[in-house]
Amino acid sequence: MDTSINAYNIHYKILNEKIKILIREGYEEITVQGVCGQRYIGGGLQSKKVKIILYGVPGNDLAVFMDGPEIVVMGNAQDGVGNTMNSGRIVIHGNAGDIVGHSMRGGEIFVKGDVGYRVGIHMKEYRDMYPVMVIGGSARNFLGEYMAGGMIILLGMTERKYVGNYIGTGMHGGVIYIRESLLRSASLGKEVNIFMADTSDMDKIRPYLRRFASYYGFTENKVLKGQFYKIIPITSRPYGKIYTY
Amino acid sequence: MAKAKNITEFIIERDERRCIKCQACVRVCASDVHSYDDESQELLSDNSRCVGCHFCEDICPTGALTIKRNPSATKDNAHWTRDYIYRIVKQSTTGGILLTGMGNDKQYKNYFEHMVLNAAQVTNPSIDPLREPMELRTFIGRRPDRIRYEKIKENKYILKESISNLLHLEIPVMFSAMSFGSISLNACKSLAKAAFLSGTYWNTGEGGMHRNLYPYAERAIVQIASGRFGVNTEYLERAAAVEIKIGQGAKPGIGGHLPGEKVSEEISLTRMIPEGTDAISPAPHHDIYSIEDLRQLIFAIKEVTSYKKPVGVKIAAVHNVAPIASGIVRAGADFVTIDGIRGGTGAAPLVIRDNVGIPIELAVAVVDQRLRDEGIRNQASIIAAGGFKTSADIVKAIALGADVVYIGSAALIALGCHLCQKCYTGKCNWGIATQDSYLTKRLNPDIGAERLCNLLKAWALEIKEMLGGMGINAIESLRGNREQLRGIDLTETELKLLGIKYAGEAW
Repeated sequence: MDTSINAYNIHYKILNEKIKILIREGYEEITVQGVCGQRYIGGGLQSKKVKIILYGVPGNDLAVFMDGPEIVVMGNAQDGVGNTMNSGRIVIHGNAGDIVGHSMRGGEIFVKGDVGYRVGIHMKEYRDMYPVMVIGGSARNFLGEYMAGGMIILLGMTERKYVGNYIGTGMHGGVIYIRESLLRSASLGKEVNIFMADTSDMDKIRPYLRRFASYYGFTENKVLKGQFYKIIPITSRPYGKIYTY
Repeated sequence: MAKAKNITEFIIERDERRCIKCQACVRVCASDVHSYDDESQELLSDNSRCVGCHFCEDICPTGALTIKRNPSATKDNAHWTRDYIYRIVKQSTTGGILLTGMGNDKQYKNYFEHMVLNAAQVTNPSIDPLREPMELRTFIGRRPDRIRYEKIKENKYILKESISNLLHLEIPVMFSAMSFGSISLNACKSLAKAAFLSGTYWNTGEGGMHRNLYPYAERAIVQIASGRFGVNTEYLERAAAVEIKIGQGAKPGIGGHLPGEKVSEEISLTRMIPEGTDAISPAPHHDIYSIEDLRQLIFAIKEVTSYKKPVGVKIAAVHNVAPIASGIVRAGADFVTIDGIRGGTGAAPLVIRDNVGIPIELAVAVVDQRLRDEGIRNQASIIAAGGFKTSADIVKAIALGADVVYIGSAALIALGCHLCQKCYTGKCNWGIATQDSYLTKRLNPDIGAERLCNLLKAWALEIKEMLGGMGINAIESLRGNREQLRGIDLTETELKLLGIKYAGEAW
């Protein structure tokens, strides 16, 4: 069952309540028109079958604590997309703001365009939960800060030429893949090392890149071409030696 | 060269006439102080390893052991005390930050000990709590600005105001946040069960909720801190209330750090991180850099929990505490927890614990006053924390303006803690601050809960006695009732900040 609601001029509390009621009534695909800055859309939703399509610009904390649903944004998104998200998928047909995927424990986030500062901060993984973020464009400073698990892929397919500085500051788990062209002026955080991605790395990211291509209508060739680099932490215990017992 | 890494703080005296060489001390000590020499058939003690936890002394069946302070003295020096000399020796050996556990042990002025309570004499009668009803029931959460009601017919009214859900306590004392990881599961269970039985609340700390604690979830306040460990929708929904942890009295402005070797299978399950990895809680929340951002997280939690649960914010008592608390209330918090400079910890840098923050007495007084001045005191409850060690402190804190008090160290002392301040080593002989199953099984959660219930019961009786003496029959009437307090040995500034008169001044 699918349905549509109009978010024009309504408060987030009412909009989110409406979405929850529709899900309880059994709707599995909900289209929301005229989204304009409403916060917490998809927040805490737990149904695995639900798909929410948003037209407009959702506000901060899109899909905060979300556990299961798929959210498609036909536009840009603001800060805190997928904050502490457990599982599910977010597909953004535009740019997204700061701290995308903050403390995300599982699920997937796809962004067609660029993202802001401190994206993927404190992302973590746990057992079969492995968060993945694919960004079509570039990211500002402190990508993957404090990152503890999961994977971030940066494709550099927008106008913005370079990735920001201090990648992986405080990183102690997980992996970041970046296309070579973005890296010319990049400075890494002091807690990470960089390697050329090998065949096994490409095998690992290829399925996600194929999906990325299909969501946004790119050819696989365009998404996969060129050399990728892998950034991983030097140690899983960056601050293990600063204390005396 | 100075090279000592282990400073001999204590000397173990063994009374050879009493010692029956049962070797119980050898078996129990997690610090490996005692040993038995087969050849000479002698029991030996390595004093340098002793942390002064008194477990062997307590367990020795013949009372043969006495732990004494090491009398070895450096030349008397008011400035360079032995403690500071050995800190430098230790740091010049290792190059590391000194760690410590539990609360500040420095001699900062204890304002509770400079405030005296009132009692009713002649002009108003005191109340005997043994024979008259005395109410300690307390509620935590937002109160409406006004009560609107509608008269339906004669003697029939309906409430028009929406009242938010409140926490309901039978005694204005709760157990403060201590995570599974910083303390053992048996210690968590003791606290949770005691809170459940005594009609109060316990707090998960930042570390998720272990599945064995689910039966006590309706009496749990769950914490969400910067690492977001163990936080998901179920965690938030399971609890009675949610507390956003910004700061802690023992380490204001500092993050947490559970080293990988302590992340066992059970802790990994609860925190939802892989086994053996460091659990780093950064100093700030990455999504909170302002009061507006805090409001965003408060309402994210309210949205996810359908506005059914109180959401509070815990901060350390710092210089600007009153305006910060005002901002927190305006951001939509239903309660504000303030943790003073004497608040405890499982691990903190020594210099931070001992030097950062302000005493809880002053913080509670200025926060309560500020919220009253701004006309928003009804919007949130104030929870005071940080070194409460007697029921009198609780009564005084409530008279200064707190609604409820959190106890942490006092609760652990009820479970056996002797404040050796070595929680961070994970070798707690009392089975509290450790995950070693050989040690944790020493703490029976049923007996632990019983001891905590006893403590709360005893304090409740004492609080009632003090209230009755003042001629007050409900704790509600004491809140912010500063006329019941008088200061002794306090300066003008201190009296002004505490909002109390000097002893001898009448109403």
